[in-house]
Amino acid sequence: MSDATLLSGRGLGLAFGSVTALADVDIDLWPGEMLAIVGESGSGKTTLLNVLSGRVRPDRGVVSYRDPDDRLHDVHAMPAPALRALHRSDWGFVHQDPRQNLRMGVSAGGNVGERLMAQGSRHYGNIRAAALDWLAQVEIDGSRIDDLPRTFSGGMQQRLQIARTLVTHPRLVFMDEPTGGLDVSVQARLLDLIRSLVARLKIAVVLVTHDIAVARLLAHRIAVMQRGHIVETGLTDRVLDDPHHPYTQLLVSSVLSA
Amino acid sequence: MKGYNFAYLDEQTKRMIRRCVLKAVAIPGHQVPFGSREMPLPYGWGTGGIQVTASILGSGDTLKVIDQGADDTTNAVSIRRFFARTAGVRTTTATAEATVIQTRHRIPERQLREDQIIVYQVPQPEPLFRLEPSRQETLRMHALADYGLMHVKLYEDIARFGQISISYDYPVMVNQRYLMSPSPIPAFDNPKMDMMPALQLFGAGREKRIYAIPPWTRVRSLDFEDHPFRAINAPHACGLCGSTHSYLDEVVTDDRGGRLFVCSDTDYCAERRAAGHVGSDGMKEAAE
Amino acid sequence: MAYVAVKGGERAIDAAHAWLAEERRGDPGVPELSVTQIAAQLGRAVDRAMAEGSLYDRELAALAVKQTSGDLIEAVFLLRAYRTTLPRFGYSEPVDTTMMAICRRVSAIFKDLPGGQVLGPTHDYTHRLLDFSLLGPSDAATTSRAAPDDGVMPRVPDILGQEGLMESDGGAADEPGDLTREPLRFPAGRDVRLQALARGDEGFVLGLGYSTQRGYGGAHPFAGEVRMGEVSVEFVPPELGFAIDIGDIVLTECQMVNQFKGSKTMPPQFTRGYGLVFGFSERKAMAMALVDRAMRAAELGEDVTAPAQNVEFVLYHSDNIEATGFVEHLKLPHYVDFQSELQNVRRLRAEQERMGQEKEAAE
Repeated sequence: MSDATLLSGRGLGLAFGSVTALADVDIDLWPGEMLAIVGESGSGKTTLLNVLSGRVRPDRGVVSYRDPDDRLHDVHAMPAPALRALHRSDWGFVHQDPRQNLRMGVSAGGNVGERLMAQGSRHYGNIRAAALDWLAQVEIDGSRIDDLPRTFSGGMQQRLQIARTLVTHPRLVFMDEPTGGLDVSVQARLLDLIRSLVARLKIAVVLVTHDIAVARLLAHRIAVMQRGHIVETGLTDRVLDDPHHPYTQLLVSSVLSA
Repeated sequence: MKGYNFAYLDEQTKRMIRRCVLKAVAIPGHQVPFGSREMPLPYGWGTGGIQVTASILGSGDTLKVIDQGADDTTNAVSIRRFFARTAGVRTTTATAEATVIQTRHRIPERQLREDQIIVYQVPQPEPLFRLEPSRQETLRMHALADYGLMHVKLYEDIARFGQISISYDYPVMVNQRYLMSPSPIPAFDNPKMDMMPALQLFGAGREKRIYAIPPWTRVRSLDFEDHPFRAINAPHACGLCGSTHSYLDEVVTDDRGGRLFVCSDTDYCAERRAAGHVGSDGMKEAAE
Repeated sequence: MAYVAVKGGERAIDAAHAWLAEERRGDPGVPELSVTQIAAQLGRAVDRAMAEGSLYDRELAALAVKQTSGDLIEAVFLLRAYRTTLPRFGYSEPVDTTMMAICRRVSAIFKDLPGGQVLGPTHDYTHRLLDFSLLGPSDAATTSRAAPDDGVMPRVPDILGQEGLMESDGGAADEPGDLTREPLRFPAGRDVRLQALARGDEGFVLGLGYSTQRGYGGAHPFAGEVRMGEVSVEFVPPELGFAIDIGDIVLTECQMVNQFKGSKTMPPQFTRGYGLVFGFSERKAMAMALVDRAMRAAELGEDVTAPAQNVEFVLYHSDNIEATGFVEHLKLPHYVDFQSELQNVRRLRAEQERMGQEKEAAE
């Protein structure tokens, strides 16, 4: 299992009308590693994330997922109930805007407990205890467990979304600009949190970001996208310290040094 | 009734409805869309129940119609008359004698038998409608057995009130697969649905859905292991017959807070009184 | 006070019916309305009953209006219930409104056009002043009315269509759905949506149409054409195998012309909103065309943000028979459920009080 990829894309292509969003993309993700996909807006990185997670169907190519029993699945050929079940248990998706994933009219505890209940948990006390535990892990005070997310700051909402996503110990989490829209100090704290949770729980992550600094801080490997193509892949430090492709060089040099 | 078919509906329509009923029985708790006809009674007043009853009724049947548990409420009277006129079937107020029972908002106290059918009038067949108004969405949730929204609501109830706050139309899981609305019967009646010997049919005319629970089917009211389902009833005895196990109506007797509790199921109460049971107010006979 | 179980429901109902009949007739000293009078002189009420009752029969509609003392929704109810019992022979051929015997035809998008602007018997330019002369018998009105124009009156959107400026109709692919026979399912095709609007409550459709003009979804409509008049209905009996004319009906048709910006694959074209209603029902036809277009938002790649664009919302709430039934059903006894709620609330309050007392005792 250790040599086998967890998730792979081969020959992925997708066009919206005359605009090419993805062109012949190959990509791999290994268990427990964090892969960052970087590029400017319009590079196709969010489209790639959506295709890899089964949310958008590609015109060409295959996305394969290896389940805990070492069976390979074609993500876009799976029946809808199976894909949904995957998203509710083994997989997670963290949105840039936490409100897209949270139930704003439901308490923090209810939000965190929902995936547990969807998997069959029927003991209120246990669900609540698990929710309290997770709120602590994402550094939200336990006294807020019955509060509505509407009353949380943006950073807190994002941390709540992360708790809600990780409560079922997924093996693979997709993240779309998880720190986008947050101010710098809040970002730093959140990135630290993500890094420690992911390392401790050995979760594999596909992270989309336009921010090189985020990629450098979190990711083991990085894939650089430009106009639908992956132009360079490799270990994060190597790619950022010694970029080979001209576009990567441009990207790196245009970032103010951290 | 001249000019109309037996039980008002034409045979094609009845056949269509019976096909839907069969499909519903084959998939317990699943809502089957049906081409509900415009009936001479308004939507919301039992047209779904009436269409189901009309489709299953035969000349040898004996029909009982109740509303709020009573045979004599105006709507029950109106519907019973409708069938008496259009089908000429025998009607009764005695639960034990009926072969078909059409009901609004109650299940009779007397246990039903295998040879009986109970038809429920349903205003809103979708158990998730208060949480998700879009039918397209709820259709998907049922197809994928994705009932997280309902469980979350129950969790929120306990977090806020210390207990589940639903007192009627309490959602149930049928045959361990479909989430179902039992119609607005009080939660008190829910346990009667579990492993009931009679066939249970549900008709929603305005929303155009039919669903069913076959005899001897598991029906579980949603709850948590540490907050189990509890049936709510007024903590009193029937003033007329003394029953402490039947669902009670609260009657306001004066403007000084005077209250009397009586069995909602009028037939059940009458049977008990005929058998000699007496409540604290039972010496005063009900007017005929 | 002894408890007296309430009985006598049957007697109460009979008495209520008798009173209703008395109310309907009113003062016996006043001449009774005839169905012929209603059909002839309350034509717009009759038109509305036919349109929403989905049944074209002036006499039956007039009877319904008489029976219900002018309560049009009740009249629609009567017609719908009656319609259900009628035997069906099949579907007519699609009605050809280009062959309409025009009584009224106006277009807002061209100053003049083949056939001209024909005002017809319209309220439009009346000053809305009560005419007290109508309190008494009026003289027989004489009009200088031209005979209905049987000449060429092409439909205005077809004129645009010749230049390729107007989207095509799409053409009928499969057999149209039938809202009166099958339950509503989503996604709902345009045929079903139009049926729902045609028989939908005029007030509801009007309000929604209005909302699109005020910014709640909206497609910059122009009234391409409104035409009213008689069309013939044709039917192909299976025994004959060819179409025969089975009668004429009065229809109002409205086509709204809306702008569409085009996409990467399609050049810009005008898009259509369509309304078709029984009788002289211009307001309804125009509102219907606005809402039809609004409900096409998703299929035309527009953002769905407004109530009129929400197909489920519009279709589920446009039927006034369903609406009135459910709204009015709240009058029915609900005391069994209310009793459960009462017990619930009492229990919760008792719990709270008990917990409050425990807290105090502990302090």
